[in-house]
Amino acid sequence: MIRKLLRTILLVDLFEGLWVTFRSQAPKHIYTEQYPAQRPQVAERYRGAPRLNNNPETGETLCIACDLCAIACPEQLIVVSSVRNPQTRRKELTDFTYDLSRCMFCGLCEDACPVDALELTQDFEIAQYSREGLIWDRQMLEEGPKPTQYKS
Amino acid sequence: MATQTFLDANELVLNMGPQHPSTHGVLRVILKLDGEKVIGTDCIIGYLHRGIEKIGENRTYPMFAPYVDRMDYISAVSNGLGYCLAVEKLLGVEAPPKAQAVRVILTEMNRITSHLVWLGTHALDIGAITPVFYTFREREEALKIFEAYCGARLTTHAFRIGGLQYDLYDTFERDVRKFCDDFLPRIDEYEQLLTGNRIWVERLTGIGILTAEDCKRYGVTGPLLRAAGVQWDIRKAFPYSGYERYEFDVPIGRNADTYDRYLVRMQEMRQSVRIIRQAVDGIPEGPIMAKVPKVMKPPAGEVYVSIEAPKGELGYYIISDGTITPYRVRVRPPSFVNLQALDKMAKGALIADIVAIIGTIDIVLGEVDR
Repeated sequence: MIRKLLRTILLVDLFEGLWVTFRSQAPKHIYTEQYPAQRPQVAERYRGAPRLNNNPETGETLCIACDLCAIACPEQLIVVSSVRNPQTRRKELTDFTYDLSRCMFCGLCEDACPVDALELTQDFEIAQYSREGLIWDRQMLEEGPKPTQYKS
Repeated sequence: MATQTFLDANELVLNMGPQHPSTHGVLRVILKLDGEKVIGTDCIIGYLHRGIEKIGENRTYPMFAPYVDRMDYISAVSNGLGYCLAVEKLLGVEAPPKAQAVRVILTEMNRITSHLVWLGTHALDIGAITPVFYTFREREEALKIFEAYCGARLTTHAFRIGGLQYDLYDTFERDVRKFCDDFLPRIDEYEQLLTGNRIWVERLTGIGILTAEDCKRYGVTGPLLRAAGVQWDIRKAFPYSGYERYEFDVPIGRNADTYDRYLVRMQEMRQSVRIIRQAVDGIPEGPIMAKVPKVMKPPAGEVYVSIEAPKGELGYYIISDGTITPYRVRVRPPSFVNLQALDKMAKGALIADIVAIIGTIDIVLGEVDR
C-alpha cells in the first residue's frame, strides 16, 4: 500500500515509460529503406525474375530444350519450342515463353533444369503496365528486366 | 426465430466484415445484438476460397507443395512440413537427420514469426499500437533468415518431399544463434509493455472463456486448448521430424480466457527459442535429401499426418490411387476448426470484446477458406 503510494507520488511509472522512449532515441538498426533511391540487397538465393542464361564465352544459350522445366511447372506456364538440327541431330531452342503473370516463384523449374540455363534471379522489380507485358519471350528472358534507376 | 431481448426490443443484426480491419481478413460475422450485448454470431466464410484441395487432385505430389504455403501464409513453413511429412509417410521414406534438424529450426522460427504477427495485430485490435512495431522488427530478422535460406520470405517452399532442396548457407548457424540471443530479451520487452498493463489485463481477463470440455467438443486445438489447462501438444504426443530429441515444456494456462492464451503464446515463443538453440547446436552432418524416386508414384493407400502448427493441429489426409497425382487431399486446418468456437465464446460478450475474441483465436482466412 505504501509502496504503491510512493510509486504514485514519485511518478515511477512515468519515468519508466520515459526511459523506454529515450532508449529508442538512437536506434542501432534502422529498418526504413529509402526505396527507389536506395535499393534493398536481397539474398543470394532470392527467387525473383527468371533468366535464361547464355554461355558467357560463346554467347550461345545454355538451354538444351529438354522441356523438363515446362513439365515441372505446377502452373504450366513455360512453353519451350525447338527444332531438331538435321546435321548434329540435337534439339535447338527457337523460342522460350514464360508467363510471369501466373508464376508463383516456387523455384521448381530452376530445380528441374539440368544445365543451369533457367534461373530465378535477384531482380524483383518486374511490374508491367499490361498483362501481355508479363509474358516474356526468349529475348526478354535473356536480357532481364531493366528497372529505372533513381538517384538519391 | 425472434429471441427474447431486454425490454422486448427487437434484436439488432449487424454485419461485421468482410472488410472490417479487425476480422483479420475477409471474415464476415453477423452479430445479433441486444443493445451492446452479443446474443449470437454467425460466421460467413468462403470469401478467399481458392479450391486448394481440388488443385491438389490435379497436380503431381511435388507440384502441390508450393500451393500449401498459400493456405496459412503466416506460417508457410509449417504447412510445407506437414505436407512433406504426409507424402513421405505415403512413400515410406524418411528425411535424413540433417534435414530433420533444419526442418525443426525453420518451423520453430516460423512459430515465432506467426506468434509475433498474432501478438502485434491482437494488441492493435485491443488498442495498444506500440507492440506491432516491436514485433515486426523481430519478425523482419527471422524473415531475413528465411530469405537467405530458401529465397523467399513468406511463401517459402522451403522443404521438398524427402528432405531439403537447399543446403545451409555459410552463416546460417551464426544468424540463427544471433536471432535467438537477440530475441529472448525482446520477449521481456513485450511482456513489459503488455503483461502488467492495466488496460490490457482488464480488456482480456475473463473474456472469451472456452473450457476444456468445450474445446474437446469443438475439436479446438493449439494454444486455445492449452490455455484451458489441457497439456496437449502433438510435438510431445506424436513426435515427428525428431522432436523427441529436444527438451521443451508445454505451457498451459488455467483460466481458459483471452489473457491466459496470451500468456501461453508468450511462453511458447520462449520454448521455441529453447528448441532452436538445441537444434542448431546439434545439426548432424550428412545428406539433406533421402532417396526418392524422380517420378513419385506412391502405392495406393491413405495417410493422415498431423503436426503442431502455430495455430493448432494441422492435418493432411491424402489418398493415393497409385498414380502420379493424389486421389484426394484433405486438409484439417487449425484456424477453420478453432473458428467454430467463436459463437460459444462470444455469447454474452460486448461488441468491443468480439474484436478481442477473433484476435485470440488467431485465424488466417487463407487457411479457413483454403
